[in-house]
Amino acid sequence: MELDPSAVQLLSEDGTFTEHPEYPLGLSDADIIGLYRRLILVRRADVEAINLQRQGYLKLWGPVFGQEAAQVGSAAALQPGDRAFPQGRQFGVGLTVGIDPAEMLSVWRGEIQGGGWSVEASGIALYTFPIGSQAPHAVGYGMALQRDQKNAAVIAYLGDGAFGTGDVHESLLWSALYKSPVVFFCENNQYALSNPVERSAPLPLFRRSEGFGLPGVQVDGNDVLGCYAVTARAARRARAGEGPTLVEALTYRIGPHTTSDDPDRYRKADEVATWRMRDPIIRMRDFVLGAGLVTRADLDAIDQEAEVCATAVRAACVADPAPVQPVQMFDHVYGTRPQHLEAERRAWLAFNEETQATS
Amino acid sequence: MTTFVTALNTALSDSMKADPRVLLMGEDVGDLGGVFRVTDGLIAQFGEDRVLNTPISESTLVGAAVGLAMGGYRPVVEMQFDSFVYPAFAQITWHLSRFRYRSRGQLTMPVVIRVPYGGNIGAAEHHSDSPEAYFVPTPGLKVFTPSTPSQGYALLREAIEDDDPVIFFEPKHDYWMKEDCELTQREPNAPGARIAGEGSDLTLVGYGPTVKLCVAVREYFAQEGVSIEVLDLFKLNPLEINLLVGSVTRTGRMVVVHEAPVFGGFGGELVARAASDCFAALKAPPLRVGAMSTPYPAAALEHEYLPGMDRIVDAVDASLRYGVTT
Repeated sequence: MELDPSAVQLLSEDGTFTEHPEYPLGLSDADIIGLYRRLILVRRADVEAINLQRQGYLKLWGPVFGQEAAQVGSAAALQPGDRAFPQGRQFGVGLTVGIDPAEMLSVWRGEIQGGGWSVEASGIALYTFPIGSQAPHAVGYGMALQRDQKNAAVIAYLGDGAFGTGDVHESLLWSALYKSPVVFFCENNQYALSNPVERSAPLPLFRRSEGFGLPGVQVDGNDVLGCYAVTARAARRARAGEGPTLVEALTYRIGPHTTSDDPDRYRKADEVATWRMRDPIIRMRDFVLGAGLVTRADLDAIDQEAEVCATAVRAACVADPAPVQPVQMFDHVYGTRPQHLEAERRAWLAFNEETQATS
Repeated sequence: MTTFVTALNTALSDSMKADPRVLLMGEDVGDLGGVFRVTDGLIAQFGEDRVLNTPISESTLVGAAVGLAMGGYRPVVEMQFDSFVYPAFAQITWHLSRFRYRSRGQLTMPVVIRVPYGGNIGAAEHHSDSPEAYFVPTPGLKVFTPSTPSQGYALLREAIEDDDPVIFFEPKHDYWMKEDCELTQREPNAPGARIAGEGSDLTLVGYGPTVKLCVAVREYFAQEGVSIEVLDLFKLNPLEINLLVGSVTRTGRMVVVHEAPVFGGFGGELVARAASDCFAALKAPPLRVGAMSTPYPAAALEHEYLPGMDRIVDAVDASLRYGVTT
C-alpha cells in the first residue's frame, strides 16, 4: 500500500523537511534531537528483545522494527494527564514516556499479565491483547475526563487488523456522538498477522471516519515529525473539547508479527526490501545531520546511550525473575474472596504444605 | 404497595443522589424510561450527562463502562433483554472481570450490568433467556438476582456500591410483582441467601423468578402435612453455601429449581455441594428442575418448556418417595 495523495508528510524519504500549513511542528531543535534519540533507543532495545527471545529469556516478542516513528512521534505528543491505551506492540510508546523497558518486558517473560508499570504514574494503560477491544475503554475513559473537565486527551493505539472488529467501529461512533476526547491512532503496518491490509480494507482506513462523524487523516507513519505534528493537533482538538480524530499512520512491520511467526510464508522479500529503504531512522538521521542540529559525534553518543540501554534490558531479562509466591494467584480476583475461592486457597496451601512435608 | 420496577427505579435514583459518580447507560433508558420503565423519569431528574441513551452497541456499552470505571465513575449498564448481553460477553469476560486481577489491584471495576432475564411473558425469540450459568463461574464477576421488590432495592444499592463488577439479573416476569414493604439498604456483609419459608422434610432451592414458585409449592405441600423449607439464593456468586448445606443437613432432601436448562445449569453446582458437603445426611438424591435443554422455544410452547408448579411438585414427590417401598 502507498501513501494517499492527501497524506501528511513533513519529512520525505530523502530527509527533506517541508512545513505543512495545517500541521505546524512547533518543536525546538532539542525536541527534534530528542525524537531522534528515542527512535534509536527503541530500535536498539527492540533488537535486544528479539535476541533475548531467541536465547530463551523471553517467551515471546512482538517486534516494533519499522514502526518506531509512528510510536515515538505519537507518544511524544502526549502531555501529563493524557492517557494512552496500547494494544500489545507499543514498546516504543512506553519507552517514549519513560517507562523502564524491563517493566514492559516482564509481560513477555511470562511473569505477570497486563504490564509491570504504574498506570497512574506513566499515563499508559495496560496492554490489551484481544484486538481492538481497548477502543471502547479509551472512549469511556475520555468520557470520564470530559465529565471531570480535565482538558486531557486519550490516545487509542490500534493496528490495521483492529479495523475488522466491531468494537473499533462502535467506538468511532460513540466517540463522535459523545465528543469523547480520543485520538484513534492506527499504526497501519499493513499486516494483521498474515492478512495484508489490501484484503481487509477496501478503502484507506482514515476515510472510515467520515461515516462516523469525526475527522480522519493519514500521515506518513515512517515520518516521526509528521506523526508528532498530526497527533499533537488531534490531541489539542481533543483537550479543547472539539472531539475525536482518526489518525492513520501508514508504516510497515519489517519484522515478524511475533517471534513465533514466519512472514516469508505470506509476503515477498522485495516488498520488505522496498520498505527497508523507507526506514524511519535513516531519513531522520539525514535530516538532523543535514540541518546541522547534531554532529556525527552527537550521533555516536546517542548510539552509545542505546548500547547502555540495551545492556540494561538484557541484564533485567537475564536476571532471575522476582520470586513470586504461587499462592498470590488467589489475590486480586475480588476485593474480598468469596467462600469458594477462599476454600480453594486454603486447600491449595494445605496440599502444598503436605507435599513439601512428605517430599 | 411497591412494584419491582418502582423498587429498582428508586434504588437507581437513591444511588445517583448518594453518589454523583453513578451513571446510567443503555438503550432506550432516556425519555422512554427503558422498555420496562425501570429508568422512568431519571433522565429528567439527573440529565443527559448521567443518563446516557446509547446506540445499540452492547459490546461498547460494557467497554465504555470499563473506561468510565478506570476514570473513577460507577456506571450502571442496562441490557435491554437477557440475550442482548451476548454481544458484550467478550468485554465482560476479557476485561470487566479481569482488570482487578491483571492490574494486581491497581484498578477496580465498580460496574453493574442489569439484565432483565427469564421467560413466561410470551415474548419474541431472544427475549426470554436465563444466561446466569455463563457468568457465575467467571472469576472476578459477582452475580446477583433478587426475587422480591424490597430485595431488588437493597441488592441493587449494594451492587452499585460494590467495587467489583456485578451482573444483576432481574426476573422480568415479576417486574409488576407488588409487595407491601419498606425500601431499605442491607447491612454490610449480610448473607447472600435467605430462608423464604422454614420446613423440615425437604429443602427447595430457587432464585430470581423461581422463588415465588417454590413458595407456592411449599404452601401446597403444607396442606398435605409435608414441611418444606424454601431457600432463596439471591447471590449466585459469591455463593452463601452454608445456609444451603445447613438446611439440607437438617432435611436430608433437596430439589433445585431454575428457569435455565438443567444440563450444565447452576443447579449442578448446588447439587455437587450438597453431595460433597453433607453426603451423609442425604436421604434421597438431590434433584434438579429446570427448562429443557433446547433453545428457548416459541412462546406457545414456553409453559411446557419452563419449570412450572406441576413439575416441581412431581420432583418433590419423587424425592419424598425415594426408598419408600410400600
